[in-house]
Amino acid sequence: MTFDALSALLVIPAVSAAVLAILPGYRLTARLNVVAALLTFLTSLSLFVVQPTSGDYLLLDDLNKIFIVLTTFVAFTTSMFSASYIGHEIEIGRLTPNFLRFYHAMYQVLMFAMNLALTANNIGLMWVAIEMATLTTVLMVGIYRTHEALEAAWKYFILGSVGIALALFGTILIYMAAGPVIGEGLGAMVWTNLVQHAAKFDAPLLNVAFVFLLLGYGTKVGLAPLHAWLPDAHAEGPTPISAVLSGLLLNVALYALLRFKMLLALAPAAIAPGPLMVTMGLISCLFAAFMLYRRRDIKRLFAYSSIEHMGIIVFAFGMGGPLANFAGLLHMTMHSLTKSAIFYAVGHIAQVKGTQKIADLGGLTVTHPVLGWSLVAGVVAIAGLPPLGIFMSEFLVVSSTFAREPVLAVLLGLGILIALGGLFLRLSQVAFGEPRGPTGPAHASYVPLFAHLGIVACAGIYLPPALVSDFENVARLLG
Amino acid sequence: MHGISFDIAHMLAGSLVLVSFLQLYQDRLSALINTFAVHALVLTASVAWQAYVQHAPHLYITAVIALVFKAIIIPVALRRIVIKLGIHREIDNVVGVGLAMLAGIGLVALSMVVMLRVTAEADPLAREDLAFALSVVLLGLLMMVTRRNAVSQVIGFMSLENGLVLAATGAKGMPLVVEISVAFSVLIAFIVIGIFLFRIRERFDTVDVQALDRFRGERR
Repeated sequence: MTFDALSALLVIPAVSAAVLAILPGYRLTARLNVVAALLTFLTSLSLFVVQPTSGDYLLLDDLNKIFIVLTTFVAFTTSMFSASYIGHEIEIGRLTPNFLRFYHAMYQVLMFAMNLALTANNIGLMWVAIEMATLTTVLMVGIYRTHEALEAAWKYFILGSVGIALALFGTILIYMAAGPVIGEGLGAMVWTNLVQHAAKFDAPLLNVAFVFLLLGYGTKVGLAPLHAWLPDAHAEGPTPISAVLSGLLLNVALYALLRFKMLLALAPAAIAPGPLMVTMGLISCLFAAFMLYRRRDIKRLFAYSSIEHMGIIVFAFGMGGPLANFAGLLHMTMHSLTKSAIFYAVGHIAQVKGTQKIADLGGLTVTHPVLGWSLVAGVVAIAGLPPLGIFMSEFLVVSSTFAREPVLAVLLGLGILIALGGLFLRLSQVAFGEPRGPTGPAHASYVPLFAHLGIVACAGIYLPPALVSDFENVARLLG
Repeated sequence: MHGISFDIAHMLAGSLVLVSFLQLYQDRLSALINTFAVHALVLTASVAWQAYVQHAPHLYITAVIALVFKAIIIPVALRRIVIKLGIHREIDNVVGVGLAMLAGIGLVALSMVVMLRVTAEADPLAREDLAFALSVVLLGLLMMVTRRNAVSQVIGFMSLENGLVLAATGAKGMPLVVEISVAFSVLIAFIVIGIFLFRIRERFDTVDVQALDRFRGERR
């Protein structure tokens, strides 16, 4: 295998993880972490210029290109946020330098695992990468070693492992279905072979395999009723990890699901994967929307909002067809950018105020105008108000559904509206009203925050034609 | 696949399900750890037999890993942890034995119905193996939900992984990548769990997961 941009996407994080594990001093390592993430992002951009060829192990097509660029971009901005966030944690002594070394190394291992999952051309390799990503995030969620953090990590670990075990069973079943057609051995796990021969696979076996894969990877996507780990893991870990979990890791699991959905769509005798995904997506969206009303912890609030949005995205992909798939892709991109921006703001707010409880936060727009108004902008965006990006994608999802299944569209619209109500109820408590808690100045890095919000605002008004045609290609590919 | 070799493979896979049932009604931790060692031994025999029948020498590696790692190292380590924590006599079933067994029987029936029906065209060994493997996976899951002690949940998870190995070896010619990754993931899982147990011990002086339940969402 020759060295190209695809292998560079894996080598850069792997090498930096090793280097960061050795180097002492958090200022230096935090900066190196940013540099490594930037290099990975630049490498991913080069994929637009030079198209590396896919081999037996690594693969590049239009679908994973979008995921890779989005992942490396958010990983890069999060590393910038992380650098300033971590500085504060060291100052107040919540983390020690040793833990920090571990944290930065793990951050890069996570990047490696996610890039591997996205570029793998082998369903076994993809599974290994997702398992690796899960294990690293488990360790990072538990890093504060408080009572709550340990319970969250334990819960995440157990539920995540069970999900991943089910996904492996599904992977084995796919291999069993492919074996008689492609021939035994490595070839029957290579994605490009599977796609070529999918029409001849044994349909009942594929059906059962997809159910296992949906439950397994669905746990990692955070679909209700398999979501129990998600709010805890988001609330108790360091905020940069919440941003990465919501913005990236959920997407990676979703990517795996989409791959297998494509496979089933190519086998005419197999069940249609759409209705299963639509049902789970709709349940997640409605359930999470109602759950938003009873939240008392601000990170938990946005974790439930992530479940809601993943529900909408899975719903859109389940509906299928060029328009709904396009909407799903756009929504996924917008959600990643907005949700991580919100977590950047929330992270700094929680540091300034010294608490995550909604009841102890208040009047943020008065005491910390920049952070407060950024949070307001983020919530306006995530709730789906015009003219921001998420409005556009949600509008597309609902309107494309209306033409085909009006009842489902009404239900989905209802979920979105209920969630909007819940988010604004809590936002009004946090952002406006009587100022509460400490009012000291915030040492925040605003660049990543503004970059994300800026992109989301622009996307609501104008999408570059090149991007639109890329998304349209992928939407057709997804079937 | 014919005659005696088929019967032996069948018997070994069936014994694995049986040992899973044995695990289900062990109410003391030390007995549970012993049963897990037996589980791993049966898995070893089954994988080795598959290696012999399929003429797939690389499967012997999987068998050796199962033997050394799962049947010896992990049980010994867990035993030490359990004795050190003084919980080897602890009884930790959440639901009664009878109910757990009934649920287990239901799950096995379910996996037979599902797997045998969908794999009608696959070769007989693979399909029976798959049905047994799914039973072991489901019984492992059942064990994880009917226990409240962290150690026994971990054992439930590992017997679940044994079921996955059974499925992977039953699928003829499955590439080595996956087998090693399965074994590897168990290794990592154990390290992670080890760290967790250590930390849980450090923080609350108990490995009872119920002690963690004080923190439930936001009810503070």
